[in-house]
Amino acid sequence: MGELITSFLSGGPIPMFAYLIVSTLMFFIGVYGFLSRKNMLMVLISIELMLNAADINFAVFNRYLYPEQHEGLFFALFAIGIAAAETAVAIAIIINIYRNVKSIYIDENITEMKN
Amino acid sequence: MDLSNYLLLKPELSLLAVFSLLMLYDLFASDKAKKYYFPIACTLFLVHTVVCFFFQDAGSSFAGMYVTGTAQITIKCILNIGVFIIFLQANEWLSKPESVLKRGEFFLLTLLTLMGMYLMISSGNFLLFYIGLETASLPIAALVAFDKFFHHSAEAGAKFIFNAIFSSAITIFGLSFVYGACGTLYYTDLTTSISASPLIIMGMIFLLSGLCFKISLVPFHLWAADTYQGAPTNVTLYLSTISKGAAVFALMVILYTVFPILAEIWKQMFWLLILLTITIGNLFAIRQKNMKRFLAFSSISQAGYIMLSAFTGTAQGMGATMYYIFVYIFSNAAAFGVISAIENKTGKVNMTDYNGLYKTNPKLSLAMMIAMFSLGGIPPTAGFFSKLFVFMAAMEQGQVVIVFLALLNTVISLYYYLLVVKAMFITPNNTPIETVQTDKYLKTSLVISLAGIVVIGLISCFYEYISTTGFGIIKIG
Repeated sequence: MGELITSFLSGGPIPMFAYLIVSTLMFFIGVYGFLSRKNMLMVLISIELMLNAADINFAVFNRYLYPEQHEGLFFALFAIGIAAAETAVAIAIIINIYRNVKSIYIDENITEMKN
Repeated sequence: MDLSNYLLLKPELSLLAVFSLLMLYDLFASDKAKKYYFPIACTLFLVHTVVCFFFQDAGSSFAGMYVTGTAQITIKCILNIGVFIIFLQANEWLSKPESVLKRGEFFLLTLLTLMGMYLMISSGNFLLFYIGLETASLPIAALVAFDKFFHHSAEAGAKFIFNAIFSSAITIFGLSFVYGACGTLYYTDLTTSISASPLIIMGMIFLLSGLCFKISLVPFHLWAADTYQGAPTNVTLYLSTISKGAAVFALMVILYTVFPILAEIWKQMFWLLILLTITIGNLFAIRQKNMKRFLAFSSISQAGYIMLSAFTGTAQGMGATMYYIFVYIFSNAAAFGVISAIENKTGKVNMTDYNGLYKTNPKLSLAMMIAMFSLGGIPPTAGFFSKLFVFMAAMEQGQVVIVFLALLNTVISLYYYLLVVKAMFITPNNTPIETVQTDKYLKTSLVISLAGIVVIGLISCFYEYISTTGFGIIKIG
């Protein structure tokens, strides 16, 4: 951590693990949000955090470890596009639920089917 | 631009042609011509199914991005046959007044997911694999939430889409570590550069657990029962057979071409998962009252059997896996065909509603009985032979304890499959479901699946053909 702060203060390059800390934190915040949130839109936002954490990882590994190729960047681009499509479908389904029960909260309305 | 790359993509191009023709027809045909939409769709897809058998190319194109061989072609043909049966079954449900307007969408979305599965099966790069995986799972979410005015359908759709995105996020997070350690996403390059470093092992575990969500192995199975129950019956059939079969095959390809060096690690992990899957799937199936939910848990435990032979790593195991998927599609298609025939006319899906079904619907009861025998593995049906080959493949590897436990589970599974048979034939009921008239397409699909259940088991050329193509998968690496 000390190395990171001195490098940051002296205007040097940011080391790779700084990015990895951010992406790992984002991923697990996303997991926590997915498991604990009651509003479906917040659940969706949490999943987006997880997807974006993976995208950051791809971009960072590519930039720092394999700067001569672009494979990781391409993967991140495709993943962003697919994530947008996923969000669109998920929101359409959430709207459908809202029309049926006038609520987007994960409560007794959305857990009718049980063992 | 070099167009010769596209020559290997014949199955995909053929499917794309069917898709485009149907879309244009749906958009521009007059209302009068739309009456023939269903027969045209089925005929076009049947042509595609038949033509696919003749595309026996092997090789790779787009710099190794796309890989095909006999094993890939065979599994694509198996999936095609399954989708054709589903199309035949869907007509009765799609002809109802509330869904007749959406009939075109059902076919287009189904074909689109099939396209995604094709790409997933023959991918040689994780980018194409990821795109295929998402193309396969997003339209399914729309299909699950297809019944707009039925709340359970929307609920099932929400449960499916959230789990699908969650699992794909885990998958690509793990993938990013594998990329960071190896610097490539091509399967062939990864094989040589993978070592047993902690980073790669962590990435692999994340990647595989994301994929296990798709196959619904046990710690990751919680979405399956709710989704299967709420989805329209034909979509449930699609989810439990076609989508599962494609995911198992893709997982097999990844494990044997990308991670063969770490086999000792993932084999132990998966033996445990398989045992849990078979046991918990069986135990929960016993207490279900809803037929669709019951078959959902049954399909969870069947996925365990499919994986059992997949992890032996031998050519015999590959053949047994593909054969099991093939037989499983027919058995499940027969069971769901009967359920959808009764649900379409009466709306009843509980097991108690089936009491005394034999008196009023002898043919449907017989079909259901044969399907249950095949799922449980009783000798004259194909289900017996597929289980036999799976256990044989596992025994060859010396997995005596696991085979023994799986056999015990077969006995448990027989109990609940026979519960259905008992309800139909033995339990007395003064007010059984009235005689159900099914349309000719549903009848055809039932005949095809029953013929499949009987013929595939007794005539050995099917197994021989599939087991010879099973070798193809090892050649990829």
